[in-house]
Order: sequence, then structure tokens, then C-alpha cells
Amino acid sequence: MATERFDEFGGRHVPEPLEEPLEELAAGFEAAIESEEFWAEFEHLLEHYGGRPTPVFRADTLSERYDADIYLKHEDLLHGGAHKLNNTLGQGLLAKRAGKNRLIAETGAGQHGTATAMVGALLDLDTTVYMGRQDIQRQEMNVFRMRLLGAEVQAVTRGNEGLAEAVDAALEDLVANTEQTHYLVGSAVGPDPFPRMVREFQSVIGREAREQIQELHGDLPEACVACVGGGSNSLGLFTAFRDDDVAFYGAEPGGKGVDSGRHSAPLSASDEVEIFQGMRTKVIDEDTENHSVSAGLDYPSVGPEHAAMQASGRAEYHAVTDEEAMAAFRELSESEGIIPAFEPSHAIALALELAESGEHDSLLVNLCGRGDKDMRTAAEQFDLTPSS
Amino acid sequence: MSLDAAFDEPAFVPYLAVGDPGYDASLRYVEAVAEGGADVVELGLPFSEPIAEGSTIQSAIVRALEAGMTPDRYFEFVSELDVGVPLVCMTYYNLVYQYGDEAGPRPFVERAAEVGVDGFVIPDLPAEEAGPLRAACDAFGLDLVFIVAPTTEGERLDRMREFVSGYVYVQARLGTTGAREEVSEYTERSLARIADWDVPKAVGFGIKTGGHAERIVSAGADGVIVGSALVDIVADGHENGDPTGAVADRLEQKARELKQGALDGAPPRPGRR
Repeated sequence: MATERFDEFGGRHVPEPLEEPLEELAAGFEAAIESEEFWAEFEHLLEHYGGRPTPVFRADTLSERYDADIYLKHEDLLHGGAHKLNNTLGQGLLAKRAGKNRLIAETGAGQHGTATAMVGALLDLDTTVYMGRQDIQRQEMNVFRMRLLGAEVQAVTRGNEGLAEAVDAALEDLVANTEQTHYLVGSAVGPDPFPRMVREFQSVIGREAREQIQELHGDLPEACVACVGGGSNSLGLFTAFRDDDVAFYGAEPGGKGVDSGRHSAPLSASDEVEIFQGMRTKVIDEDTENHSVSAGLDYPSVGPEHAAMQASGRAEYHAVTDEEAMAAFRELSESEGIIPAFEPSHAIALALELAESGEHDSLLVNLCGRGDKDMRTAAEQFDLTPSS
Repeated sequence: MSLDAAFDEPAFVPYLAVGDPGYDASLRYVEAVAEGGADVVELGLPFSEPIAEGSTIQSAIVRALEAGMTPDRYFEFVSELDVGVPLVCMTYYNLVYQYGDEAGPRPFVERAAEVGVDGFVIPDLPAEEAGPLRAACDAFGLDLVFIVAPTTEGERLDRMREFVSGYVYVQARLGTTGAREEVSEYTERSLARIADWDVPKAVGFGIKTGGHAERIVSAGADGVIVGSALVDIVADGHENGDPTGAVADRLEQKARELKQGALDGAPPRPGRR
């Protein structure tokens, strides 16, 4: 079976023992998306378990302030508080169909691990989540959530004890336990078929939004805006608009600024193309320290389809700094009564900038998660604690 | 040096991570395994995301990277070596692809050929993607070894056969006991799929002892590849702060045991390559 590529990006660069399980997964995925039964079950769960459809909301105060129609796709209202569940439900059902009884996942901040643990509990699949020891210490709350949901959280103690090492540990587990195990990858990254599979399960976001905005706005938006770490929520929004005359903007985590050497913006601030975690794609350059205020975006690389969309000119990518994202976080909270996660705060910041510059008169932003998990940092940043 | 000629008698092919735990010690260790009877040495060029390796080799790679190993240091290392046996560079495709000014594998292969590398094993390069590297290897007269896993079949096996040269690295999993029957059965099963390939078959099973090597060769392998058992010796020596010379002696002794095991496994086989 041919490996799907995105122009010169993507592919399946994996050790030989992983080829067979990935080919099987690709075949299972292709069969599932042709199956009415699969879609019926997936859509049933998205609606009754996940709470879909999520609404599109016109942010009136911001629209007036920036003199543009600004719409928000409310993925923060999905069960679990972020778009992650679309993907974990889809892959969880796929694992069931393939007769697997076990899910494994990597997680950095714990959001994807939690969404995987939820689906593991729902579908009665044993779940093991690999998480760097450093991350376990930093993200205690999500570790508690995963454990409460019945997942085993495995501390990864090698190397930098972070997300990259967690991926390695999960891959090794997959090689050793292929028969019964599905590796539930959290973003549109890694070797084929993960990027196209995650995109497929997330693209419900854009399919809904495309109808909803036409109803509200009477037309398609001029632009879609979303944050890009690995790139799953942005692909989820963009895909349904791919053939429309709608501009795509990805907000990358610019950290301390692209000239500071501390960011995670491979598309907007690097020319390096590498083979990284099974795919050919862009990565931050060697001298850059991977950093973002947002734990869900500080990935040193990006999904291959985004690299291809940038190369072809279909999408534009801009780096948004920590500071700009934090300002947008506060502005949306105060003006609309919605506390976004730090991740979509990057998209909000970019959308406001595009509106202010007069570049676009109507924008649809993917509000891919809520901000509860970020309150500790926000409290410190904005002096929200009475004692301080 | 030709790789397949190294398999004229049952071959012992050790793997060591270059620069583990440091540059100078690593030079001594490679010399020690060669002295102990290596027929080919696989020299690992450390990469930061070694997804194909178990924890033993991963730790070795981390030690080497921490001690400052880079592709350019690696090439310097190889050019300094004088061990009289063919050398195979084992690394990940990202390093090969990224090296030099020009995109693609050619500059890396050219530099490797200059310093005396004879071939490559690239565990994360699928045969489907191997065209450019094969072409570069042909241009500079180097071999390209592929890893055949227990699950490799069909089209992927056919493509590897088309691209492979030097030897084929047959990877299989040793059962829990390492008992004679079990080793024979696994080896035979692994070799059956590639029986008619015209390259030597080297088997890596997590081989630890001369006894394992003997059984694998007597079950039909042309050679044995041993990594973890040797890297363990390096790791222990490093942890205990043992002098380099003492660790090198242990490596040489282990190499002798494994080479002897491989030789002992040779059945009298007329017409063998």
C-alpha cells in the first residue's frame, strides 16, 4: 500500500518492525472511513458523548472594536474542554474495530493523555499514557485526571524526560505489543497514516463551522485562523474550506520572539527540513530552544501537511509571541466572558491583528480549548492572587 | 573493503556507539572488538531520536552525545581507526539527509567514503524511500544493508531485496529462555523468507553468549550481530569508573567468545559462499 505524502513532506520514516503495524493501521483506517457503520457510531458518540455540534459564536464586542466580523468556533465546549476528543474517539473506535484491547498514547502537558484516558474508559480499553517525568511533575492535575479515568501513567525517565522521549517510549511499546495495542497519536504528525487520519477525525470542526457561519454571516468568512503546534485543530478547521476562496492563517508559538532563539515556530521562523519522528517536515533550527508559554504548542516541529500548505502558498503562518498571546487571552476573557486556553489565544491574537490591519473583514477563529488548565500561570502573570 | 567477503567464514559483527562514553575510550573499544575477532564493525553514529533502539543502546547514544559526538567528529574518528576490517555506519536518515550543503544523502555518503566507511545500515529508512541513498552508495562504491524484521513480508521484502548489498541484517526476537531448540527455530524461521537472496545473512537476536552465536550459525546464519552485550560492558565499566584498558580487555574477551561461538556453529557445508 502506498504511503500518503503531502508533496515532498510526510512519508513513513520508521524502523522496519513498525512498518507492518502502520500498514495495517492505514488499511483499517481506509476501510473504516468507507464504512457507514463506523460513521454512525462515531457521529453518535461525537453528539451524545462529546456534545457536538459545538456552536459558532459572533464575538460582538471584539467585532465592533476591530471593525470586522469575528466568529469563534467553540471547540472549548467539547467534552474534555478541547478539540482533542474528536481524534481520540475516532482512533478509539478504529482500535476497537481492529480488535485491539489496549491504547497507548504520549502526552506532554497531559491534555491528549486525558482525552485518550476518557476514551479508554468509555470504550473499555486498557490505557497506558507515556509522559516525561518532568512533565508529570509540572502537570500534576492531568496526571490525577488520567489515573482517575483508569489509565496507567508511565513516567519516562530517559533523555530530557519530555514529550519527544514519551513518543519514543510509546513507539517501543508498540513494536513489542503490536498485536493487541493501538498507538493513539495526539496530533497530525508522525509517520503515515497518522497525519491524514488525525486530520480526518478533526475535520468535523470545519464541516460544522462552514455551515454555521453561512447561516450566521450569510457568507463564507474571508479567512480562517487557528493555532498550530502539531497542527490538528487547524487542519480540522481548514480542511472543509480547502476548495473555497478563503484564506488560511496558522498562528505559531513565537515564544519570546523569533529573534530571541526561544520559540517553537518552524514554519514562520526556520528553513530547516528534517526527518523527525517518522516524517519529513520543517523543524526549528538547531540553535533555537523549543519554548512556548503554551504547553500544547511547544513542539519543535509541525505536521507535514502544514509544511506542504506553506510551500504551495495555500496557507500563511505567523509567529505570535507569548506576550501577544497573553494579551489576547486577557482581552477575550474581559470582552466576551470566554477564558480561552493559551493555545487558541495565539489564534485570537493573530485574528485581531489581521482585523486591525484591515486585511480581512470577516474571520473565523478556532477556539480549540478552554483556559482552566492555564489559570495558575495566568494568576501569576496578571497578579490575580489576593496575597500578591 | 568488500562487505560480503567478510562472511567467508561465520562472521562476528559487533556494534558499538561511537563516542561512548568518550572519544578516546571509544577508539580503544573498537580496536578491542576488532582484535577479538570482528569481521565487520558496525559503528553507530549517535542520533538524538534513536527510535529503533532498545534502552541499552539508547543510553549509549545519550552518553556519546553528551560527550560531544557529532557527524564531523564521527568522520574524524573513523579516519583515525586502523582496524583492518570493513566498517559499517549505522545511523538515522535525518543525519544522512541533512549533512552538507546540498539536500539529500550524497554529501554524507561522499564524506563517509573518504574516511573509509564501507557501508550503511539506516534503521528508519524504508526501502520505499531508499532510492537516493542507494544511488549515492553506488556512486561511491558503498554497500547498503537493510534490516529484515520478523514482520517484513510482501512488497517491502521485495523492495529490500532490490536495494540491498553487503549483507542483510536479520532481526528477530529471542524467546525468553534462549534454549537451543528455541534459538534454532527462530533463526530458521527468520532465514526461510530470504533463503534465496544472494547476500550473506547476519542475524541479530539479542545475542549475549558464544553459545547463542553457535546455535544461530548452526541454524543457518552467515554471521551474528551483537550490540547490547558489548554496550553493557562499556556501560558497566563507565558506571564503575574502571580504567579504559580493563574495559577494553573485557570487550576483547567477549569478542573472542562470540567469534569462537560463531566458528563452532559452522556445519561443514560444501559450496557455502
